Amino acid sequence: MTWQAKLGWTAVTVLGAVAFGVVALTRGEPVNAAWLVVAALCIYLVAYRFYALYIANTVLGVDARRVTPAVRHNDGLDYVPTNRYVLFGHHFAAIAGAGPLVGPVLAAQLGYLPGTLWILVGAVFAGCVQDFTVLFLSTRRDGRSLGDMIRAEMGPVAGLVALIGVALIMVILLAVLALVVVKALVGSPWGFFTVACTVPIALIMGLYSRFIRPGRIGEMSAIGAVLLLLALLYGKTVSESPALAWYFDLSGEQLALVIIGYGFVASVLPVWLLLAPRDYLSTFLKIGVITLLAISIVILRPELQMPAVTRFIDGTGPVWSGSLFPFLFITIACGAVSGFHSLIASGTTPKMLENENQACLIGYGGMLVESFVAIMAMIGATVIHPGVYFAMNSPAGLIGTDAVHAAQVISNWGFLVTPDTLTQIAHDVGEATVLSRAGGAPTLAVGMASILSGVFGGNALMGIWYHFAILFEALFILTTVDAGTRVLRFMIQDMVGAVIPAFRQTESWTNNLVGSGLAVAAWGWFLYQGVIDPLGGINTLWPLFGISNQMLAGVALTLCTVVLFKMKRQRLAWVTIVPTLWLLVCTLTAGLEKLLSAKPSISFLAHAQVFGDALAAGKVLAPARTVEQMSRIVLNDYIDAGLCVLFIVVVVVVAAYGLVDIKRALSNPRVTTVEMDAAGAMAGDD
Amino acid sequence: MTEVSGRLRLVCDGVVRTARLMVGVPDYQTYVAHRQANHPDQAIMSYEAFFRERQQARYAFTKGRFRGCC
Repeated sequence: MTWQAKLGWTAVTVLGAVAFGVVALTRGEPVNAAWLVVAALCIYLVAYRFYALYIANTVLGVDARRVTPAVRHNDGLDYVPTNRYVLFGHHFAAIAGAGPLVGPVLAAQLGYLPGTLWILVGAVFAGCVQDFTVLFLSTRRDGRSLGDMIRAEMGPVAGLVALIGVALIMVILLAVLALVVVKALVGSPWGFFTVACTVPIALIMGLYSRFIRPGRIGEMSAIGAVLLLLALLYGKTVSESPALAWYFDLSGEQLALVIIGYGFVASVLPVWLLLAPRDYLSTFLKIGVITLLAISIVILRPELQMPAVTRFIDGTGPVWSGSLFPFLFITIACGAVSGFHSLIASGTTPKMLENENQACLIGYGGMLVESFVAIMAMIGATVIHPGVYFAMNSPAGLIGTDAVHAAQVISNWGFLVTPDTLTQIAHDVGEATVLSRAGGAPTLAVGMASILSGVFGGNALMGIWYHFAILFEALFILTTVDAGTRVLRFMIQDMVGAVIPAFRQTESWTNNLVGSGLAVAAWGWFLYQGVIDPLGGINTLWPLFGISNQMLAGVALTLCTVVLFKMKRQRLAWVTIVPTLWLLVCTLTAGLEKLLSAKPSISFLAHAQVFGDALAAGKVLAPARTVEQMSRIVLNDYIDAGLCVLFIVVVVVVAAYGLVDIKRALSNPRVTTVEMDAAGAMAGDD
Repeated sequence: MTEVSGRLRLVCDGVVRTARLMVGVPDYQTYVAHRQANHPDQAIMSYEAFFRERQQARYAFTKGRFRGCC
């Protein structure tokens, strides 16, 4: 390193440390979001320049002369050596989803600092390491998927267990994401009208690109974007006309059924008609909005209204229950480390790497950008008035349903807010009320609307920006829901097909309908339970989703660790061992607390017991109103507990296999992992 | 001047290719060049056929293609 470079990196480090000091140590007065952005960017730069390169060159031993699958199998379609920046865009678009937007918003109940710390530390030492290592391993193994690699390196049982785990996680993911959309659209004619319009718009785009101008992605997306904008503007008219608004003012149950029906239809129909055009629209919108938000935050430099740390770090918060450890880490989920990325990093990306030495930029760098998206979500949630934040995210059982009562309760928590503030913000964004709009998306939409309208259009456009933000979130969540339903359908067909081979035929309409029906029923059941859950479903489902996602990351990192031992690089394996252990400790603690804690607010079983005992005594406990609701709560608790047990079993089995494999690798003096060698054959003796 | 506009065109080209690959459609020219160089005796898909093939492939859950992340 030249002395200029040394000087430069010292400056970056000092700047980052100063900015971080301001963020971490300021108390009692608002901190400017710019400090948070500067601190994050400096930490990312230093982490990338030093830690990521250390992992690449020393730990993994990236070899630029090795032939990648893209070159070996080049077919111009799946396997194409691709420019690294183009591939970076592809990879980032594939990993970016709703997780890093929702998780930080929910975590903001502890203040901005705890969540921010984990988003930064978690990404640098866990999330990025996982994405990068899995991408590297898959590239060395001809672009194999995570499931295949676990089977090859850790045996068929571990592979099967991991695969079942992925299917279960998929179910919970789809249910919780759909629930976020339902929560955002309940009683919001403007929001539901705009989101509903995306279906006919997608059909128009699909037909256009199929028959009128085949394959013209730019044209069809432009048409879609214009129509979307018109729908957004007309939505205001719809919401202001009672006759029209009536059609789009749906209850939670109705919305759940609509989304379940939609998921089924989207999974059954040919992809070019509905799924693909929506996917294009949501992908471009997603990337566009993330860029726009970043630019707006830099221009506006808003102040964070939320304190650095709130009193709720003691675990009594209204948004989600549980203490900081382990539930903060479970709640943040994707913005710091996401198990799902291991599926993407072993999917299409490794088949397009030009050179092994680019895995660092794409794997590690891609996750750094994802982490920055989470930081922006944290900023979005904390620039709004803390009183508004708690009014939007606390269940009606705690704050009631009118602004006066809500303001009183929240002020008593120490976040002074007037009823006027709460009604004014609802008026500004064009909604009847903002109380108890849980799920993260509406809160983020208010935060984004206040940032974006601060730069473009002022207060007058607040309503438009709010619904634009809701549309943006709902659009790409629903795209995940329908693409995910298809994936789940294929997984189910594959698993059932192991017993009934005819069910594997994906072209058969019977299989299509039955498979789609099963897939939709699986997540739809949890969605519907979440919607009618008198306790607010997010409270129940989000921790389950967080646990499952972090457990998948634990499984992926276990594979990475095992392979490092098999490569005889065990002395450097702490790089993956540390995050693996942390994730195992976090998720197992959270999972066990969800089962065994004595507090009914945390444990499914304790909760089931309270309600079961009351039921046996013939009593009805609030928030349930009937005996039927009581027994439903008890049943749901047992099913959620069962799911929790399954997740724990998956991660414990894989970890146990990991330990056995590590021991075996240590007792063998030779390299035992199976990689592609230069000649294109699988090498190694295992 | 020409150097600047040339570079600008390169950037635009990169942005377009990135946007296309984001939705699962790789570069068509690269595909054609690859087929011409390596399989000159075989038919080359038209852009429309290529687009349809790629669109279908993006949502087929095989060969480790996995869609729908959080």
